Amino acid sequence: MKDFISLNQGSGGKLTHELIDRVFAGRFGMAEPLTDSAILKESGFTRVFTTDSYVVDPLFFPGGNIGKLAICGTVNDLAVSGADPRYIAASFIIEEGFPLHELVLITESMADEALKAGVKIVTGDTKVVHKGKCDKLFITTSGIGILNPDLEHISTGKRVKPGDKLIINGPVGNHAIAVLGARNNLNFSTPVTSDCASLNYLISKVLQNSGEIRFMRDITRGGLTTVLNELAKMIGFGIIINEVYVPVDDPVKGLCEMLGFDPFYLANEGKVLIVVGAGEETRVLNILRSDPLGLYSEIIGEIVPDKKELVVLNTSVGGKRILDMPVGDQLPRIC
Amino acid sequence: MKYIDEFRNKDLVMNLADLINKTVTRDYTFMEVCGGHTAAIHRFGIPSLLPDNIRLISGPGCPVCVTGTDFIDKAITYSKMNEVILTTFGDLLRVPGSASSLEKEKAAGADIRVVLSGLEVLEIARMNPESLVIFLGIGFETTAPGTAVTIKQAEKQNINNFFLLSAHKIMPPAMEAIIKEGVNLDGFICPGHVATITGSSIFDFIPERFNLGCVVTGFEPVDILQSILMLIRQVNQNNSKVEIEYNRAVTVKGNSIAQRLLSEVFEPYDATWRGFGVIPLSGLTLKKDFEKFNIEKKMPLKINSQEDNDLCICGKILRGLETPADCPLFAEICFPENPVGACMVSNEGTCNNWYKFRFIK
Amino acid sequence: MCLSIPAKIVSIDGNMAEVSAGGTIFKAGLHMIENARVGDYILLHAGFAIQKVNEKEAEETIRLFEEMNNSLNE
Repeated sequence: MKDFISLNQGSGGKLTHELIDRVFAGRFGMAEPLTDSAILKESGFTRVFTTDSYVVDPLFFPGGNIGKLAICGTVNDLAVSGADPRYIAASFIIEEGFPLHELVLITESMADEALKAGVKIVTGDTKVVHKGKCDKLFITTSGIGILNPDLEHISTGKRVKPGDKLIINGPVGNHAIAVLGARNNLNFSTPVTSDCASLNYLISKVLQNSGEIRFMRDITRGGLTTVLNELAKMIGFGIIINEVYVPVDDPVKGLCEMLGFDPFYLANEGKVLIVVGAGEETRVLNILRSDPLGLYSEIIGEIVPDKKELVVLNTSVGGKRILDMPVGDQLPRIC
Repeated sequence: MKYIDEFRNKDLVMNLADLINKTVTRDYTFMEVCGGHTAAIHRFGIPSLLPDNIRLISGPGCPVCVTGTDFIDKAITYSKMNEVILTTFGDLLRVPGSASSLEKEKAAGADIRVVLSGLEVLEIARMNPESLVIFLGIGFETTAPGTAVTIKQAEKQNINNFFLLSAHKIMPPAMEAIIKEGVNLDGFICPGHVATITGSSIFDFIPERFNLGCVVTGFEPVDILQSILMLIRQVNQNNSKVEIEYNRAVTVKGNSIAQRLLSEVFEPYDATWRGFGVIPLSGLTLKKDFEKFNIEKKMPLKINSQEDNDLCICGKILRGLETPADCPLFAEICFPENPVGACMVSNEGTCNNWYKFRFIK
Repeated sequence: MCLSIPAKIVSIDGNMAEVSAGGTIFKAGLHMIENARVGDYILLHAGFAIQKVNEKEAEETIRLFEEMNNSLNE
């Protein structure tokens, strides 16, 4: 095969089959014959289904790449619903001229991450488009998981009530800053790496050891503040967050202070917000902290009865302010 | 982080708040004229720590807010020219012009790039010799010296495709204009970073001519509360003067190298401030020696700008005459995600910060 | 205006320096500063060091605040 993807390899014929065989099928462990759709047999369980597209720029960044992101993102979407992620479909839209060795690296990352997360990539699609018709590579992943019906309340938060506590599994903002740094067009360099990780084993440990998990959501684009506001709206209560307990790494802090960013608005790819029934929070915290992906977990706040559904921050110096949803992407400021 | 954390000490902040509570004997109104202070006061939740008889109001300290619609319109017009690369600090991207914004034009295909420094713009100009690279210079005395350095470097390195569209302004004339408006004030929280350049002496005229106190203030919560305490004491003792709270960065004389650069490259002119109209000798324009870098000399534009929506009272707010609560559009039609005027767009804008503060004092 | 925080100079090359804010490194023009040395703290604004942090004054201020805080706590 040539070093660069050509339009012919997307046409569905012999060259497409060759691409799939040589690049995807072996690495994803897919058995012959490959069919258009994958039939999955499970009995007596609720299936959870999700989908996401990944268009990150740049494709490779400290801590990961678009492929790892795609698997982790979909695994996490399933895991935070309380589901056990099982199967993934992966579609690729590739720009003509894309280097083959990069595609292989990305695919290998996906295979590695899928193995780590215990999921199987069972079906997919490949398209190649003319140069300029897509920005190098777009990946769409869909995922299916199995959900114990006793955990159905977790994604809607319908059992959340005032007094429940909020926990996060580590520092915020690392993914956004790692990607920004890798874009290299804002003249700074940072040691920060993306927190991109599959959280399903961490979450499963928590679910197996505590019956008081009331809500979970992964904290991605829009940051912590977005998830908090979404939660407040869904449950019809207010939330108080204690700034001093929300972990932020120093290099992220330094960059935010210098450019005028709010770390609570920054994207993450390995962080989950968990709402725990009052009284259980210390136990859940300890379960999280015993795992490498939860070492720096903290109890950051509490649900409060507030009909205005406000998210209020107790600032690190004892003041109060409201955390509003971000308006668009943050822009670096001098003022 | 060093020299930051020590000034965010919660115990100290609470004690200062307590001391302020014990020192107030009447109502006080203090104005800050620096968007950085507006933002810091909001971010740390300072008003929730102060007694009700202290009123903090924001003056025209947000360079974005005081930049007229015409500046944005000019920038947009230049950006649409094929050969132009327009560079700007991120602050300006969402500010509404008469009909559009730089962000919208960028989405429509104009080559508009966000930069962190004038020196980056020189790089861009060097790498794109066939383009006209225009830098939007906004900011007060803190930022203008950096632009002056950039201009001098452009000359030294013979970069002929670099140009400036200047909206740089200076603070003291605006402060004088505010006082002459008759705004009810007891003192100024003076801009700490402007003063690192100019020295605190630029504020001497305020107590001398108008008997109003000035404290040159840093940007951490301890700085702000300490300054408020110092201003309260000045009012209580009827002893108006200029004091420096931010002495780890500010001196009476300031940064003479930066001042020399400013006077070498720029000269004052009568600039238009949104909400104020023309304030004499309040803007900075390139001196004749550096005229060749002024894009308006190279390619003059004639544009008709519409000022803000008739109901928008951004101007009155900037002058400290009214508050966002007095505005019929505030939080009804004008929101951070759908701003009508600049005071709502800018992170430092009064309306933007009031919006974030709604429900909490 | 004036987003600026103290950052430590970690290297100097002519009139440009690299400064660290919490471990993130920014470029800073030293054109407005005299006698800058590695280890100095400067205020970085829009890509330039606009002033050196007067560490003596800073330490003295911190000490005075600590004293005041202790006496208020009694």
